[in-house]
Order: sequence, then structure tokens, then C-alpha cells
Amino acid sequence: MKALMFGWEFPPHILGGLGTASYGLTKGMAKQEDMETIFVIPKPWGDEDQSFMKIIGANNTPIVWRDVPWEMAEARLGKLMNPQEYYWMRDNIYADFSYMHTNDLGCIEFSGRYPNNILEETNNYSIVAGVIARTYDFDVIHSHDWLTYPAGLHAKSISGKPMVIHVHATEFDRSRGKPNPIVYGIEKDGMDNCDHIICVSNLTRRTVIENYHQPYWKVTTVHNAVEPLSPEIASIKKLSGVQEKVVTFLGRITMQKGPEFFVDAATQVIRKTAHIRFVMAGSGDMMDQMIRLVAERGIAHKFHFTGFLRGKQVYEMLKSSDVYVMPSVSEPFGISPLEAMQCGVPSIISHQSGCSEILNNVIKTDYWDVDAMADAIYSICTYPAMAEYLKEEGKIEVDNIKWEDAGLKVRRIYDSLMQ
Amino acid sequence: MKTICFYFQIHQPFRLKRYRFFNIGRDHYYFDDYANEDILQQIAARSYIPANRMLLDLVNQYKGKFKVAFSISGVALEQLEIYAPEVIEGFRELSKTGNVEFLAETYAHSLSSLFDPEEFRNQVTHHAERIEMLFDQKPTVLRNTELIYDDKIAEMVYDMGYTKMITEGAKHILGWKSPNYIYQAASEPKLKLLLKNSRYSDDITYRFSNYSWNEYPLTAEKFISWIAATPSEEEVFNLFMNYETLGNIQPSHTGIFEFMKALPRFAFEHEIGFSTPREALENNKPIGAITVPNPISWSDEERDVSAWLGNKLQQSALKSLYEVGERVRLCTDRRLKQDWLYLQTSDHFYYMSTKHFGGEQSQFSPYMSPYDAFNNYMNVLSDFIARVKAQYPDTVDNEELNALLTTIHNQEMEIKRLQMELKTVIGSNEALLVKKIKKTEKAGKD
Repeated sequence: MKALMFGWEFPPHILGGLGTASYGLTKGMAKQEDMETIFVIPKPWGDEDQSFMKIIGANNTPIVWRDVPWEMAEARLGKLMNPQEYYWMRDNIYADFSYMHTNDLGCIEFSGRYPNNILEETNNYSIVAGVIARTYDFDVIHSHDWLTYPAGLHAKSISGKPMVIHVHATEFDRSRGKPNPIVYGIEKDGMDNCDHIICVSNLTRRTVIENYHQPYWKVTTVHNAVEPLSPEIASIKKLSGVQEKVVTFLGRITMQKGPEFFVDAATQVIRKTAHIRFVMAGSGDMMDQMIRLVAERGIAHKFHFTGFLRGKQVYEMLKSSDVYVMPSVSEPFGISPLEAMQCGVPSIISHQSGCSEILNNVIKTDYWDVDAMADAIYSICTYPAMAEYLKEEGKIEVDNIKWEDAGLKVRRIYDSLMQ
Repeated sequence: MKTICFYFQIHQPFRLKRYRFFNIGRDHYYFDDYANEDILQQIAARSYIPANRMLLDLVNQYKGKFKVAFSISGVALEQLEIYAPEVIEGFRELSKTGNVEFLAETYAHSLSSLFDPEEFRNQVTHHAERIEMLFDQKPTVLRNTELIYDDKIAEMVYDMGYTKMITEGAKHILGWKSPNYIYQAASEPKLKLLLKNSRYSDDITYRFSNYSWNEYPLTAEKFISWIAATPSEEEVFNLFMNYETLGNIQPSHTGIFEFMKALPRFAFEHEIGFSTPREALENNKPIGAITVPNPISWSDEERDVSAWLGNKLQQSALKSLYEVGERVRLCTDRRLKQDWLYLQTSDHFYYMSTKHFGGEQSQFSPYMSPYDAFNNYMNVLSDFIARVKAQYPDTVDNEELNALLTTIHNQEMEIKRLQMELKTVIGSNEALLVKKIKKTEKAGKD
């Protein structure tokens, strides 16, 4: 079974949960002996883990024929892929794209991020997909999130192979119910024309069925899992700077993540207690607003902002926390509480997050129920049995949530489409 | 002659209201009156009232040959008195027939037997007094909360003056032995034990209306024929169950009331009688001793205490609770003492059980999750402990405090005594004075 996957992010260069999930799933599926995956991303950096699959960079795929000597191809692409593949792909250029802006290899430049001209990038990505789909042999197409749906559809129309789309988030989650019509259009088009839809939670599945009008039999839930911690990360020690307990919010500070509810809960707790501090880690478009809110509430002496954390810093922050809170308003899955649990940090999550469907050893509240959230924070920081129990049982629980199992479910869907 | 021994358990906890940490120190009322009233009245209407009526009819109909026993926790009695006094009235009538026995148990339906022997003793005494006051009979058979029992508890119970006790016929304790005999405690051979027959009890409680059970439907005739078919030496069949089985766990449309009504008729046809636990224990000799090193109960497949003590949350909550027990007993504040009882009820800890996430038990819990239950309970307990500490200075330890309190008490008595003495002295002086005046007056007249 060969799968052609289209993704947008890939570790270690990630901006959100999408990259982590795509990586984990692919790695989990690689445990199946006959599974081969070609993973297309806009812009590989060369330090991605290619041990269990092949990565193709959209920005290394020629769409305009250029006479490139072998030495040049090797020098430019050698650390990313076998230069021979460049030539194979060059043989599959299917139309004249010389009007487009390309570099000396005949490739389009991609940022691989979420720039303002993201619609143009998705379109370019789809053009590149045409070349890749003609070059390689595969049995099934798998697109991760709306940015890659047009590319997947293009590949499907060329190859006639079944296409699966993997919904990690919908526009409804990102916008708290006020979707951008263009993005919605792309998502809907992808869902209407694909062969099967995989959702990361029942919550998302419901959104897909209700808001994108998909038939229920076409939509399956495959919950995300989490990669075991690497020894390097597992050995990070707790940075103990303060005496007080540390309660952490970690994620993009955007509407979807419900940061204001965290501030509200913090206000309640700080007014009543002396042994708890709060940290809001991450950045986002609501950060300034949150800083203002914290100042207005008069709790700035116990409420801290760290700004954006990357890589190891995330784990250092987690390991230094006593409670992790994710008050997301609408979270398709939300992998970060699982990471917190791996680090032995008791977590509080909202019922409105997909991961609450599979987690038992966490505290669940409604995102708007600030009282309950404050109470849970207080409880974990005050009653040692609670913290210890959640810490131990949470770790045991999360260690049993494996990508291999998610991979098997995805495989079953592939198999059913092949029949 | 074979005999069936019915005992029904009645218990309702005082459920806690939603108590957030910001209530600590401000709000000292912990209970969800609305839910407690609502639940109790529903169960009374569905189960307790019709069941009482049915049992009274049966007792009257068979003129003393049909007998049952009840164990009603003190906290349930209190709630019944407040919210459904007609149920208490029903029990009174049953008690008057002389064929209904009431058992002693822990007043608060607490786990005190495992943590606090003194509290255990107090609660059993308190409960027995309450039963005697309400139903005019002194309990002689003890049933511990949830049928919890082990060798140590046996010793405590015997020390308290009880020679008869009821517990679970747990398979891992009995092994090949049958629960249909009287046993004695290994640690205290004079303590006689009546063991629950789990199979027959659960046939009625849980399987009665289960369509997928191969014995469905269970008729009184079939049930009695099973008992009649047991070896003739097996004489006592202990059917112990929650009273809610009649009408609530098995709703009336399942035919449970008709089943119960028909049961005595078929029993008497097979020459099977009925007796109360006291009679069963008095009329039969123990055939052997049973050793129970670790506590057993009638809960879950394991029949152990893990439903209340299975995880760290429960252990920690119970530990924090019983740590203040000694101090509470030194206090005299009545509200504090009442809350102390209500907070000990085992149900609070059952709600914290993580044994079967999302399983059957969660339907009994008023909480969303065990964590929620723990959280709420601990908030309440924090406030309670603060109140206990506010009664006497924290720096004085219990022993010292006890000595001081005794001194104060003694001095108070002494003052009272002296005051009385003073009064009599003053009184006699006054009398003398009056006499004298009268005398002088007389002398003046003369």
C-alpha cells in the first residue's frame, strides 16, 4: 500500500498541532510492514526525519523545464532528496507554466508558513501536485487540512486514485462559527469530492456532518495520539524559580483557545489565594488584549506572559508547571494536554475539545464555566492527592494512546476504499 | 426446616451542594437540600411507601409467619423524617406487628470501622438509641456499613456487646463453603455471623428483569424451588438487599411486587419458613469459623472495600476527615457535630471511585467525574476543618485539651455544687431570720 500524503507542516519546523499530528500518524503507519508513504510539504528544511518515509518539497518540484546540470541539482537538492528524482519529475511537467514566477530550477518558492497570500500558495501547491502525481506511483491520496485539499483533488483527477481527507480543524473552529467564505468553499469542495473524510474527534465529525453537509457514512473519527517523549526531553528538569504553584496556559493566544477564560479563572484564584501563579505562554492576535485585561484586573503581579516558545522551551515550560489548562472554545482535538500529561502535569481541559472524548484522567469543565475551572485549579494546587493521582494515572493513560493504533484505523479506511 | 431471612437496607446520603473554593470560610452550609428532597421523595413514592404497604399486608396475611428485617442508616432516618415522614410511620406500624426486626448500624453509614474505632462505637450506640426511640425495639444484630467486615471489626463489635452480626458471603472468603449456615468469627468465636447469599440476593436485585438472563422470567415458584432443592442441611437463606430493589431498581412494572407477594405462599408449600436475623442466629449453631484478614463488603465483583478506598483521592480524603475526629469529639457545637456525621457517609467516597470510568456506578453519582467529586468534597472538608480548628486553639494538642476540658467541666460542676450549697445555706439563714422576726413580732404583741 502506497500513500501520497499532502501536508503543510512537518516537525521540527512546526507552527501548530497539524505538523505534529501528520508526523505522528505517518510514523505510526510506518509500523505496518507494507506501508509506504510519500509526504509532500511546501518547503522542507533538510532536517526532517525521513527514516520511515520519503519527503518531497513542493519548492523542489519543477513545473517549468530548465536545463539543469547534475552537479547543480546535486548541490542544491542533495541534502533534501535524490537529485535523480528532480529529473524524473521534470519529465512530468504537464503544461506551460513559464508565465509563473519560478527560480533557476524551474520551481515555485513556498514560505511553508501561513502568509497573507496563503490562497495563492495553496493554488501553487496544487499545480505542483500535478507533477508529483504524474511522477510517482501510489494507491491512495491523503490530504491534511484545507490548505492541501486542492492539491489532493488535483492528484485524484489525474490518477483516479481514491482520496482521503484528514480534518484536523475546520474553519468553524478557527473562527468561532464565523467562517471565511473562501476557506469554507475550499473545505466544502474538498469534502464533497473526496472519497472519505477522517476527523480527529467526534466533535469535528459532527461539525463536518452538520456544517459541511456530508453524509455520516463518509465521515470516520480517528482520534489523534501522541509520540512518546524523547529521552532528551524526558530528562528536562523542573526549573523551580518560585515557591508558588504554577498554572500554565500554553498555545496560540487566539479566540479559538479561549485565553480570556483562563484570565478570568486566574482572577478568581489570585484574589482568594496566595500560593498560585499563572503563566500564559505563546503568542497570538489576542495577546495584547490579554495583557491589558490582566492589568485591568490588577493581577499582573501573579500573572506572567512568556511570548512564543519553541521546541525544547515548550517542554521546559510544561515541566515547570503544576497545572496545565486548555480552555479552548472549540478544539478539534488538542494534542497539547496529552503532552502535558506525558510530562506528568495534571491537566484541565474544556468539554469542547476533541481530546476530552478519549481522556479520563483529566479534569473537564465547560470553557465558559470559569468558576469550575478556578475551582479545579485550586483543587490541584491545594490537595496533594489530587495532583499526585492525576499525575500518575494521567501518565499511564497517555502512554497507552499510540499512533500505531490510529494508524491501523486509517489503514482500514484505505483498505475499504481499495475494494 | 429451611428458613429465608430477608433484610432490606435503607440508606440515603446528605448529598453535598456545589461548593467552590471561594465558598471556603464564608459559607458553612454544605448540603443540596433540593436534590436530597427530590431524590428521597421520588424513591419513597416509587419504592419505600408501596413496599412498606405490601410487607405490612404480607405480615398480617400470614399472621406472624412472614418476617423481615430492616437496617436504616441514621442519615436516612433523618431525611425520611424531614421529607417523607409517612415512611417512618409505615416502619412504626411494621414494628408494632412484632415480626419486623431493625438492625443496628453506623449512624452516618460511615467507614469509621476502618479508621476510627471510637467513632464506630459512638455511631453504633447513637444509631441503636435512635432506633429504640423511633421503633421501640432495641437492636441486637449489627450490620456494618456496606456489610464491611474483617477480623478486627469482629473484635470491636464483640467488645461493644454485640454477639450477632451480618456480613457478605464473599466467595474468596468462603471458598467451597456455603453461605447457608451460621458461622462464627475466627478472631472472636462468640460472635455469630449471618452471611449474605449473593447468588439468590442478586437474582432478585439485579437479574430479576434482565431479559438476557437465561432464567428470565424469575417467578416465585421457580425461586422457591431452587431453595427447596438445596441440600437439606442448608437451612438459612440470607437474602440481603437494598430496599430500593422493590420498586426502584426493579420498577413495579417488572412485577417485583407480585413476585414478593407470591413468595411466602410457595415457601410455605415447600415448608420453608421466614425468620429475622436475630432468630436465625439464635436458633442455629455455628458450624465453623471464618477468617477475614482483609476487609470485605457487598460491593462490586471483588467484594472488597476498593469502591471507597481504591484510589489515592479517596484515601487522602478519608485520612483528612478522620484526622480531625478526636478534636471533633471534644467539641460541643451541635451543628459541627451534625456536619461531622453527614460528611462521613460512605457515598461521598464512592463518588470519587475511578474503578469503572463511565460504567454503571456513575449513574448514582451526582458528579460529572470522580475528580469533580473529590474536588467538591475537599472544599467542603477544608471549610469544616477550619471550623473545627476555630473551636479551640490549634496549639493545644488533643490530650492536653481533653485534660483542660475535664478540669473546666469538673470546676463547673464544683461551682454548681457550691452554688447549690450556698443557696441552701442562704435559704436556711433566711428561714432562721424569718423565724426570729416572727418571734420578735410575737414578743412585741405580747
